[in-house]
Formats: sequence, C-alpha cells, structure tokens
Amino acid sequence: MSALTETPTVIRPAKRGNTPVAKVAKESPLSRVGAMTVMLVFTLYFLIPIWWLFIAGTKSSSQFTTTSPLWFADFNLFANIGNLVAYRDGVFLKWMLNSALYAGAGALLATLFAAMCGYALAKYRFPGRELLFNIVLGGVLVPATALALPLFLIFSQVSLTNTFWAVFLPSLVSPFGVYLTRIFASASVPDELIEAARLDGAGEVRTFFTVSVKLMFPALVTVFLFQFVAIWNNFFLPLIMLRDETLFPVTLGLYAWNSQVNQIPELRGYVLIGALLSIIPLIVLFLLLQRFWRNGLGAGSVK
Amino acid sequence: MRITKRAATVALLTAATVALTGCSAAGTSGGSGDGDAAACAPAEGKVELTFTSWIPGIEDVVDVWNEANPDIQVAVQTGPNGNGGTYANFFNQLEAGNAPDLGQIEYDALPNFRVQDGLVNLASCDGVMDAKADFVDWTWGQVSFNEDDAVYAIPQDSGPMAMFYRADLFEANGIAIPTTWEEYATAAEQVRATGAYITNFSQGDINQFAGLVWQAGGTWFGNDGDNWNVDLTGEESIKVADYWQDLIDRDLVSTVPAWTTEWDNAYNSSAAWTWNSAAWGANSIASGAPDTAGKWAVAESPQWEAGDEASGNWGGSSTAVFTGSEHPYEAAQFALWLNSSSESLTMLNEAANLYPAAKAGLELPVLKEGVEFYGDQPIYDVFAKASSEVSADFVWGPTMTQTYNDVSDGFKAAVSGNGTLADALTTGQTATVDALKAQSIPVKE
Repeated sequence: MSALTETPTVIRPAKRGNTPVAKVAKESPLSRVGAMTVMLVFTLYFLIPIWWLFIAGTKSSSQFTTTSPLWFADFNLFANIGNLVAYRDGVFLKWMLNSALYAGAGALLATLFAAMCGYALAKYRFPGRELLFNIVLGGVLVPATALALPLFLIFSQVSLTNTFWAVFLPSLVSPFGVYLTRIFASASVPDELIEAARLDGAGEVRTFFTVSVKLMFPALVTVFLFQFVAIWNNFFLPLIMLRDETLFPVTLGLYAWNSQVNQIPELRGYVLIGALLSIIPLIVLFLLLQRFWRNGLGAGSVK
Repeated sequence: MRITKRAATVALLTAATVALTGCSAAGTSGGSGDGDAAACAPAEGKVELTFTSWIPGIEDVVDVWNEANPDIQVAVQTGPNGNGGTYANFFNQLEAGNAPDLGQIEYDALPNFRVQDGLVNLASCDGVMDAKADFVDWTWGQVSFNEDDAVYAIPQDSGPMAMFYRADLFEANGIAIPTTWEEYATAAEQVRATGAYITNFSQGDINQFAGLVWQAGGTWFGNDGDNWNVDLTGEESIKVADYWQDLIDRDLVSTVPAWTTEWDNAYNSSAAWTWNSAAWGANSIASGAPDTAGKWAVAESPQWEAGDEASGNWGGSSTAVFTGSEHPYEAAQFALWLNSSSESLTMLNEAANLYPAAKAGLELPVLKEGVEFYGDQPIYDVFAKASSEVSADFVWGPTMTQTYNDVSDGFKAAVSGNGTLADALTTGQTATVDALKAQSIPVKE
C-alpha cells in the first residue's frame, strides 16, 4: 500500500526537474547528466513496484509464481477484475465506494474548514490569534497514528465506534491545511480587495466565498489533494475503529484479506488486483490536479 | 480543549477500572458456585450478540444459526487476523468496555487474554462441560488450560501436523518414505544428492517449530495455579533445535521463509520435496505449486523413536466469550453450535479450509473424500489420526507475541550463521521471563 503515498512524489520530481535542468544545461553538461541519472534512478525506484503490481494483476494465480515477475504471461487482467468484483457479492466495490466517500467528502469539508480557519487567522485581528495559530501548528507535528487510540476511547464513550462517523469526523481536521491557507491568504488576498468588497456592501461570509476563495484556489486544491491522499491511505484509524465489513475503506479491506493468505491462498490474487485498482483514483486525481498542487506547495514554502 | 480531554480520560479510566473490578469480582464469586450459575443463566426474551471473527464467509454460517434461532441473533464483525490487529482491537475494546460478546482467538493467544481478565469462564453455562467429550482431548486442554471447571473458550479448528511429500520423486529416486526423524535426515542427504532440498527450515514460523517440540513431548509453559513456569530450553526443545541445526549446518535444508514466492517456486519446480505442516496447509501447496498437481501425498509425521505415535499441532483457534458480555449463556450456546454442528463445520471447511476441533467434525463427508492434488488420497484420514495423537500437555504462555519475536530473531541469526537455534531458545527464555516480570505476572525463576 505504500506505493500509494509515493505516487505524488513520482510526478513532482519529474515535472519540477524540467525547469532547473533547462537553466543548468548552459553551465555544465556533466551536472545535467548527473541530475538526469539521479532522477532516472528514482523514477525507476518508484515506478517498478507499480509495474510489478500491474504485471501481477494480469496473471492467473497459477502463473503468478511460475512466470517472470516483471513481464506478461497470459493476459488475464479483465478476468481477474471480474472475479474480484464478483467475490463475496462485490464487497470490494463497496470498499472502493467507502474510500471515495471518506476521502472525497472528507477532503472537501476539511478543505473548507481549513480555508475558513486559515483565512480568519490571516485577515482578522483578535486576541489569542497567534496562540491559536501556534497550537494548530503544533497539531501538524502530531502524527495521526498517535491519535487513533485516544480517539477510539473517546468515540467509545459516545458509542460512535464502528460507524461511518468514526472515520469521517477525524478526517475533517487538517492542521497542515490551516497553516497553508493562512500563509496563502495573507500573501494572495489583498486587504484592499476585502475592504472594497465591504464597501460594496458584501457581508464577511459573502466576501469569503465570492472573493477570497477564488484567490486562494491553488492553495485549496493543494489542501484538498493532500487531505484526499491522507484519508485514502489512512489505515490505522479505520483498523482501530471499524468492525463492520461494509464500512471498511479499501486499504483496511485489502489488508484484512492479505492477513488470510496463508490459509486461503486464492485471496492473494484478489489482494493484488484490488491493490492495483485502488491506486487508480489517486493517479487520476493527481494527473488532473497536479499543476495546482505544485503551485500551492511552492506558494506555501516561498511566500 | 485540553481540559475536556483530560476529564474524558479520567472518566474513561475510572469507568474501565470499575468495569474490570466488577468483572473480576463476578469471576471470583463464580468459583464458589452459586454466583456463577446466576451469571450464566438464559435471558428472557430476544438476545442480540456480536461476534468478531476474521474468517471470510463466516457470516453465511451465522445466517444459518440466526434463521434457526430467532431469539438469539448474532451479528458478525470482522477485521484482519488476530495478530494483524484484531487482538489489539479486542484489548482496546475491553478497556473501553465495548468488546463484542464473542471473539475468535487462536489457542496461543488465549493465555494472554486470560491473564488480562478478558475471558468469561463458561464452565457453569448449561451444556458446556457436557460438550467436553465432543471435542478432541487436546483441543479441550487448550481452552481449559488443563484445569477442572475451567472453559475459557470453545475450540474451533485445529492444525494437527503431518508430512506432505512428493510421492513421485521419492519413488523415482528409490528413497524410502521416512517414518522417523533419523530416516528423515538420511533421506535429506539422498535428496540433497539429487540437487534438491528435502524441505525448508522456516526461520519466521516459530509456531511450526513449537509444533515439532510439541510432537517431541516438550512443553514451553506451565502454570501451577500461582506461578507461570517458562521452559523454552527443556530437553525436548533442545533436541529438536539441535536436530534442525545439524540439517542447516550440513546444508540439507533450505532456509527460505514460508509463503514467499521463492518458497512456492521451490515446491513448484521440484526443488523442495516435503513440508511438515498442518492440515490447513494442504491448500498452500496446491495453490503455490500448481504444476505438481497429483504428485503429492501425505504421510504421518516422522517419529523420534520408531513405533511411536505422536503428532504436533500448528495453529488453530477458538471462540471465546469476553468479560462484559451480558449474555454468556446464549453466547456459549452459539459457540457450541458453531464449532460442533456438522452443518457449521462443513461450511467453515468449505469457506476457509478450517480443520475442525470437534470429534464429529473429523468424520465430515468432505473430509473423507480423496483430494485430487494429492493423487486422490483421502489425506484428511492422516490428519484425523494425527489429531488423536497430539499431546494435551502443551500450554501456551501469556506473552506469545513477544516470545515468537525474540525466538524468531535468534532463528534468523542462527540461519545466517550467528549462533545456533538452541542459543535462540535460551535468549527467548530469558526475554520471556523478563517480559512476564515486567507485566507483573508471577513467574517461577
């Protein structure tokens, strides 16, 4: 599953690399070759597991162990997908839908909240503003995994474990998003513009949605992507919270199958093809939104 | 924010303490007789139970029960296998007070749950003690810890061990099928002479090694009621360790870990000829080595003395009732049905290759048929006999995950030439005693 987290990295260095290379080329061909080699090595490092997964997904279970792991045998991709989808009344599709819901809706709302919070921190002066911001910054440092168990105990108190909300609610929080949107808002939303909107009679909420959100859009896409990937890949929280198979995200479902492979060998094929399908949404999303992602990240780091 | 969190934690801890004290109080009074009968009485009206198990397809089996028992409805919860996270979840849930009524627990993890006061003693529940005769003796020993009036779970499946071997290769090369470990070592030399290995020594599967020690008559743990006794370095354990160390030293066994592609390939390409494994392992070979279909057979495990009849066990799980369940009686009835009715056992075998712990289960029609991959040999007859030969004395310790890890580290080192398997057991012994002390579990030095 770690291949998922690596997907963004695959795209970024490759694209980002183009600009420096063009500049450096005049200086020294040697360093250009060196840089290209390093990038090539890393590209291979990240892409080979995906290639392996794709090849494995096209093989029947008997050919999986007996043929070369990096080249095709008989092409059974669609038969494999068919079997996976049919297995246990399509529980895999249910998991994919769950993941899409947790990650899609979760990231959308998390982005909205982070944007409002970051914008407020950047544009309104009130007592305790810096303290609040510092606490949020502290939140960036705490890994989500460390919070899973306390969250479980708290959710147990209100009988919300093993429900949709147990995974969804914690996904709505993105301290990194608040940080990024605050930086971006103070840099890209001029006070004069907000002042003008106020003079024209727009309320604060309307100003935020009609003026500021548009200016902050690249940052918001970044926050959305970041949070989407984080939720999609989040494994530990669902593992601790969920017992009902119909609520599982795809990560947890595949992990549960994988833990059974010793006793039920046919599950291995399903895990492989399932893992292949489960990274497609992330790849598609990144290909569509990558230029926003790059801009947003750059903005956060430089401005 | 911070204050509310702290308050919540305090409230939580208090609740947990109250719950735990409550439970252990009930347990103690249970021992005296009257209180227990009251604790395990049928409830009035309809009862709803939750049951966590990681067996895929178990909900179909539970549906059959639910249909026949409208007053005891069971809801299935699932997750990864025990060590993959479900055990950790059970402990979290016990602490939070929302554990399921029933849960699947492997035999080697039962003591851990028991020392944490996580399990209900079902001995006083109607029909549970009577069921003792329905289960293979040693499986009952696993769930009762060989104590009278103690039943902490109902045995579900078992893993009696035998030897899978390539019948065609042994015959073609004129090598006799080994019936003792001495013959096995001789056969290993002959197999090695052809360029293949007789088997692999799996450095990561300490429970396979434990099964071999179990067969040799060794025990690793004991509990005299007051203290735990740890004995990883007993005479039998060292005998088994030295035996395999010798095979490793002479390069007569390979050291690839089990269930890897390499391992599958070795079987598929006839580079490995036997596997000393459990009943549920039949499918591992069939799926990993498809090109060798029909060429395999199963024989009883090699013995330490010619003429002995002893077998080991590898794996197996049980259905336990967690403290905090309000309906232990109904839970026990369900657990008994799940693990001893032929209908349920047949379905579990078909869904997940479970090899039953119930005596009647060993006679299931599905387990009497010839298996195509094994040249139509009715292989489960061998395992049924093996199951009857497993010693009931073997007991697991309360910190098996730690023990497995420590011994496994030592085995990996031994396989790569640092130290021996026996050294690994010595290290495991010390580490286990320390771990028990660290958890304030009384242990004999």
